[in-house]
Amino acid sequence: MDASAIVMMVIGIVIIWGGLAVSIVNAVRKGGRQETESES
Amino acid sequence: MENRPQWGTRAGFILAAAGSAIGLGNIWRFPAVAYENGGGAFFLPYLFALLTAGIPILILEFTIGHKYRSSAPGSLGQIRRGFAGIGWWQLAISFVISVYYAAVIAWALSYAIFSLNLRWGEDTQSFLFGDYLQLADAPGQVGGIVPGVFIPLIIVWLVTLFVLYKGVRKGIEVANKIMLPALIVLFTILVIRAITLEGAAVGLNEFFKPNWDQILNGKVWVAAYSQIFFSLSIGFAIMITYSSYLKKKSDINNNAFIVGFANSGFELLAGIGVFSILGFMAVQQGVAVNEVVAGGVGLAFVVFPKIINTLPALNELFGFLFFASLVLAGMTSLISIVETFVAGVQEKFNVSRSRSVLLGGGLAAIISILFSSRGGLFFLDVVDYFINNFGVALAGLVEVIAIAWVARELKNLQSHANGISDVRIGLWWTICLAVITPFVLGAMFIDNLIRNIRENYEGYETWFVTAYGWVVAVAAIVIGIVFAAIKSRHEKASISKGVSQ
Repeated sequence: MDASAIVMMVIGIVIIWGGLAVSIVNAVRKGGRQETESES
Repeated sequence: MENRPQWGTRAGFILAAAGSAIGLGNIWRFPAVAYENGGGAFFLPYLFALLTAGIPILILEFTIGHKYRSSAPGSLGQIRRGFAGIGWWQLAISFVISVYYAAVIAWALSYAIFSLNLRWGEDTQSFLFGDYLQLADAPGQVGGIVPGVFIPLIIVWLVTLFVLYKGVRKGIEVANKIMLPALIVLFTILVIRAITLEGAAVGLNEFFKPNWDQILNGKVWVAAYSQIFFSLSIGFAIMITYSSYLKKKSDINNNAFIVGFANSGFELLAGIGVFSILGFMAVQQGVAVNEVVAGGVGLAFVVFPKIINTLPALNELFGFLFFASLVLAGMTSLISIVETFVAGVQEKFNVSRSRSVLLGGGLAAIISILFSSRGGLFFLDVVDYFINNFGVALAGLVEVIAIAWVARELKNLQSHANGISDVRIGLWWTICLAVITPFVLGAMFIDNLIRNIRENYEGYETWFVTAYGWVVAVAAIVIGIVFAAIKSRHEKASISKGVSQ
């Protein structure tokens, strides 16, 4: 694969799958925080 | 609306909304669109479109459904009474899409079974159009029912209507909790196999290699916005309906980001899988990748079976994984499409869910039999093109203009979304919806309108394009207006009760 194709593949993967991972982690962390708040 | 059904869990809603967005188009449309519009360079306008139109509209529709807790006509009608017509128009569009979408899933179901003994043989094109679809000689001919399509079509409808009959939590949520993870597992296995094939790197290089000359081409940007818009299940009532079943405390904004990125994430996965396989085929045939690239029905039912024939091992398993993935992706979308008008009919006429499923879903199932006829593919091609370009896109445009500019409701909806969400939206969201989205959707609509006035779609005869294209698109608008205007016995009783009080 050409270097430019590899760079674009990595950028696409990092932004799209990274964006998904960050959104899910944020949802899970917030869910956990809400549970802790409701317990206290 | 105290007794309104609700999702059991947040994950249940996210899986259902992502399942709706992830459909056949993710697998067979995105890879070809990206390739034809600059390859790796396409990701720039694509990501821009996701962040300036896709996710903002998702947030808008999630907020409307959550705030007004009703189907699309009910929710939009609470913003302004006249807007109920937009909701009914969107329901009519969903109805039309459901009748042909089910037929494509039926084809994929047949092909999943055919793959067990590679029944399509060497000439996959003749098998599809001749042996399987028994395609009529000319567009417009019905030519009798094809049992090989009719039987799986009935199965698709029975499963869909059963899921909807079981309700939101026990039906839709359970189905999506099974089907979407199953789809991701099957498709990931398929992609892993694809990228280990000889020639996969050639295909991936072709897919990701950026053609920067294309980046300033306006058509590439329109293609990016179209892909995001048609892929995310926005503009035709689905996301409003699904979010109306959310619990009061729901993080709308973060949910929209998850659904938007999940949909694009699957598209990226599909692009990697499809182009790895196309690279393998190109190397096998000793030709360039651009000579084997295809999209849509041709990619799925002609090119893929041909590639499956030439795989070094486990051909049947690979074929089954691919077509089973199409069935699962299609089913989760079809369920959401039918749910829009099942919910609308149930609210309008105050009937039970089972009755609404039987009336709305049953009618759609009966009409979809037309697409199991010998002329089905021609009807499908024209109806699909017109209802998307002059139905979904136009209804989305009208919805955004009505809310942003006529009712000037964005501020209130923004406050509602921020009040219950962790991630807050601000000026970015307002500008995207009030300026960028109407501008791009408007440009798309005008461009499509001029092109279709100048020449008939795919060179079909004028009577055929008029009867099954323009008339269907206009009929959806008329049905929207009529349904909004007529008052059911239940609505009249509610009005008179309100007056007497």
